[in-house]
Amino acid sequence: MSDFLIYKILLVVGVFTVTLVVAMYATYGERKVAAFLQDRIGPNRAGPFGIFQPLADGLKFFMKEEIIPSVSNKFLFILGPSIAMITALMAGVLIPWGNTLIINGAQYSLQITDINIGILYVFGVVSIGVYGIMIGGWASNNKYSLLGAIRASAQMISYELAMGISIIALIMMTGTLSLGEIVNQQAGGDWNFWNVVYQPLGFLIFIVCAFAECNRAPFDLPECETELVGGYHTEYSSMKLGFYMFAEYINMFISSAVLSTLYFGGYNFPFMNDLGLSHNVITILGTVFLFAKIFFFIFFFMWVRWTLPRFRYDQLMNLGWRVLLPLSIVNLLGTALVLLWIDK
Amino acid sequence: MESLSNRSKVVSNKEMTFLERIYLPAVLSGIAITIKHLFRRKATVSYPEVKREFSKIWRGHHVLKRDDKGAERCTACGLCAVACPAEAITMTAAERKKGEENLYREEKYASVYEINMLRCIFCGLCEEACPKEAIFLTDRLVYTDFARDGFIYGKDKLVEKVDERIDVTVRQTPAVLEFKKHKQLSHNK
Amino acid sequence: MTLYLFYFLSFLAVLSALMVVFSKNPVHSVLYLIITFFCIFGHYLLMNAQFVAFVHIIVYAGAIMVLFLYVLMLLNLNSESEPHKNNTLKFVAVISGCLLMVVLVAALRGTDDMMLQDNGSQVGYVKNLGKVMLTDFLLPFEITSILLLAAMVGAVMIGKKSSNTTTPR
Repeated sequence: MSDFLIYKILLVVGVFTVTLVVAMYATYGERKVAAFLQDRIGPNRAGPFGIFQPLADGLKFFMKEEIIPSVSNKFLFILGPSIAMITALMAGVLIPWGNTLIINGAQYSLQITDINIGILYVFGVVSIGVYGIMIGGWASNNKYSLLGAIRASAQMISYELAMGISIIALIMMTGTLSLGEIVNQQAGGDWNFWNVVYQPLGFLIFIVCAFAECNRAPFDLPECETELVGGYHTEYSSMKLGFYMFAEYINMFISSAVLSTLYFGGYNFPFMNDLGLSHNVITILGTVFLFAKIFFFIFFFMWVRWTLPRFRYDQLMNLGWRVLLPLSIVNLLGTALVLLWIDK
Repeated sequence: MESLSNRSKVVSNKEMTFLERIYLPAVLSGIAITIKHLFRRKATVSYPEVKREFSKIWRGHHVLKRDDKGAERCTACGLCAVACPAEAITMTAAERKKGEENLYREEKYASVYEINMLRCIFCGLCEEACPKEAIFLTDRLVYTDFARDGFIYGKDKLVEKVDERIDVTVRQTPAVLEFKKHKQLSHNK
Repeated sequence: MTLYLFYFLSFLAVLSALMVVFSKNPVHSVLYLIITFFCIFGHYLLMNAQFVAFVHIIVYAGAIMVLFLYVLMLLNLNSESEPHKNNTLKFVAVISGCLLMVVLVAALRGTDDMMLQDNGSQVGYVKNLGKVMLTDFLLPFEITSILLLAAMVGAVMIGKKSSNTTTPR
């Protein structure tokens, strides 16, 4: 029992650390990708190729003066970034980071816990995440912040619907809500493809909604600089601002992980069972592959951010309600019909 | 009105086709363009290590030249101040005393000569206007500062040192000298 | 352990529910209501009803309360701008509140024998819940969906009407 506990604690701490480090280096990656896409070099002063830039940024964030506006609601002002950060970190619990490791005959799963409603948990945590933005924006007592918060909430609700329905189509196919099982169903074998092959439309809807849920460009209206100064974090400074930024990058990391888990086979990779390697080696390779997929999606997020201009707010709502929602319902019905037809 | 160049496009507000309305083809072509830039040669010049080459006739920080014997050429005629479109130049004239012949070339000289580098637009009209070949623009940069006072350059910064002469021969090509002979064309613009 | 957790959650739920009513600032009310929802979420988890628990969080805390908060933030209500209510209105409010209380108590009085005995059961799991919903309780389930549809159509009608009057085309 205590062995089990120690292993779980190690896993939790490991996932926590990896999430934070990835989020940290995502900020560096964002700047580098942005620079490269714009024919620049990007940060290259702190250490070789600027790899210590995130540390320098973090240090700067901690050293900055912490300003809490006197007209703000102090408790809620501090609560906002905390909620944003906590909810962002909570979702990583359910991602299957790898298959099982066999050490001394005992199996150790690389997923912290696999509850039978895994997707709902991730979904719930994401939907709570918007409170961080809303509370922070409202507590700042600033018009721009309030508008940013309001935009964030409306955007989240609109896109959660389409996202949820696109996931339901996937769930109908897999017949389970547990992320671990969904990944195992996509394990390599004959004619057993990743879910994206069966659900291309669902994947498209999901990734567009993921962009909107993460408040990433082209849907970054809650913090759009040209209209709202800084959006919901206009009044924030120091590490509280850092938390908001960090939460955004963690969200990006988690949505990339969920995307690769649901649609791209998670830790599975092609021909994994034909290589004749031992179980542990394949598990470790699988984790490496999972991270490769995640990094690709993070890169994709950045790539799109530095390509597409921001949507107008009415366009955003139009896309959410009049395009993505009907499309996802069509996808749902289509999947249901196909499943019925196969059953017969 | 009829277009002369035939390059203008007529803006139409036509209905978008289906392909345009679903955005995806446009999005895909967009990200294809940006990914190409990922592999392009980078335009950045890492400044303190690599310095971008200056143009030969770069117009920067002014210099007040001395003649061959080391005497200041400027006679405080004020033509540069008149020519200056930004009103950046001021000066006070003074009479040369006995025994100062090695310092100033002619009987009149500028006891104070100030250029406000915040006003200066580095157009080079002062250089063009000068009848005495005294003021030139050089390829040196005007450094940044925190206060405005630091940008009013007096004679201490403008007059070249006797032992560190500044070469301005690239700016004194025969064509320029020829042009300067017909002063009535230039500084009274 | 579970019992203490139950008491703690119940205490917190009742306390925050009271704070919903008593707090002056409507936005604070909504935030307290969210805390109440989280306590109820905890209760569902204690009853091993994971599906209901998370759907509760997604729907109520994640969507409906966000909408509430959205509307309240837009209205920017505060104690100064609150319209003064007359006494008849307050009286009616108290009476209807008491009636609701009576209905609730009456409805919950007969639930003693419906108590779930086995706490480790899998009744709350998605599969079992889905089976029960689409076999034994099919009629109420479908009626609920019709009710929701009616509400949605009504909302659309109201929305359409106002847009017609403001921007005639």
